Amino acid sequence: MPDAWTAEAHRLFKEFNIKTVGYVPDAGLTDLINSCEADNDINAVVMTTEEEGIGLSAGAWLGGDKSAVLMQSSGVGNTVNAIASIITSCQFPLFMIVTMRGQYGESNPWQIPMGQAVAPVLKSLGVHVFEVETDKEAAEAIEAGLKMAFVSNAAVAVLIGQKLIGAKSFIADVAEEVTHV
Amino acid sequence: MSDLKLNRSDVMKKIMAVRNNALVITGLGSPVWDLAASDHRPDNFYSWGGMGCAISMGLGCALAQSDKKVWVITGDGEALMGLGSLATVAAQRPSNLAVIVLDNEHYGETGMQRTHTSHGTDIAAIASGAGIQTTMTVNNPETLEGLTTALTSGLLPMVAVIKVAAGKPNLILPSRDGVYIKNQFRQAVLGATEAMHSS
Repeated sequence: MPDAWTAEAHRLFKEFNIKTVGYVPDAGLTDLINSCEADNDINAVVMTTEEEGIGLSAGAWLGGDKSAVLMQSSGVGNTVNAIASIITSCQFPLFMIVTMRGQYGESNPWQIPMGQAVAPVLKSLGVHVFEVETDKEAAEAIEAGLKMAFVSNAAVAVLIGQKLIGAKSFIADVAEEVTHV
Repeated sequence: MSDLKLNRSDVMKKIMAVRNNALVITGLGSPVWDLAASDHRPDNFYSWGGMGCAISMGLGCALAQSDKKVWVITGDGEALMGLGSLATVAAQRPSNLAVIVLDNEHYGETGMQRTHTSHGTDIAAIASGAGIQTTMTVNNPETLEGLTTALTSGLLPMVAVIKVAAGKPNLILPSRDGVYIKNQFRQAVLGATEAMHSS
């Protein structure tokens, strides 16, 4: 079974007629990426860097399609100029789901600085930021964010908190065996 | 067949002569003036910023407008900043997207500093290595003819790198108002009602 917030996100993508979903993978996005990839009515676009997602979203809008961009918190750092120069300058709609690292219970110290910078950086660019920590909050914020982005022509990021997706001990999750030297 | 650097104004006239109803998205800098001078119309999206994003914008538009061709016209410096997007285009294989790089081997807007392509970087080879099947380098009138044929009837997606002479352009400037440029493009593509009341 996919995460509850993920199933709701995919249902809302359909309700809001989201046609293109650009993503750079994150563990917390796995179920949502899989459901978008399996959906023949959605162009699921794997990207080499999150910056591409901003261009992709703006280009989709130029062609009349709505889109969503999925990324991990560290990827927000790769989107800064594209958001400022394209989205904010031209008042393009933008809808992002960001799964957070560097927050509650993080075990990789290199994730913490960018994780802490995500909300203030996005706000400084004119993006409306909704921070959520439960399935219910996530579903409500995704619905509110999609409406705000595509009806009110706004830039919105829903930050899925580490308390919701879990602060995984990431090395132990991918390795057979762990030895420290 | 001698290799030479083509005149970008002549190149643009030749390419635009076969445009028909293709939508055009530019990278920032000289391609903006090139397009405004050669074929100024509402379904041009002129970028005044967002360096490195022209190809991904073209991809987004091509996926949305699958019945029309979408051309990205950009420079070597802009394309170099978004090389990863060539791999993303290759993975999606949009059959209506052409990326045209006007390669003068210099950063034209910042003082004509040399770009990597003047040191041997080959953007067409990078596109090929990224997995894009149709790539070409245009550096003489014969290969330019090949490009116009490919733009009309060739297999897309395609990346074409056109070697053009560096020099001071005549500035033909379109509006710098991004909101206006965006809305004008959407109105031309979607019609006024859909452009303003998206379904």
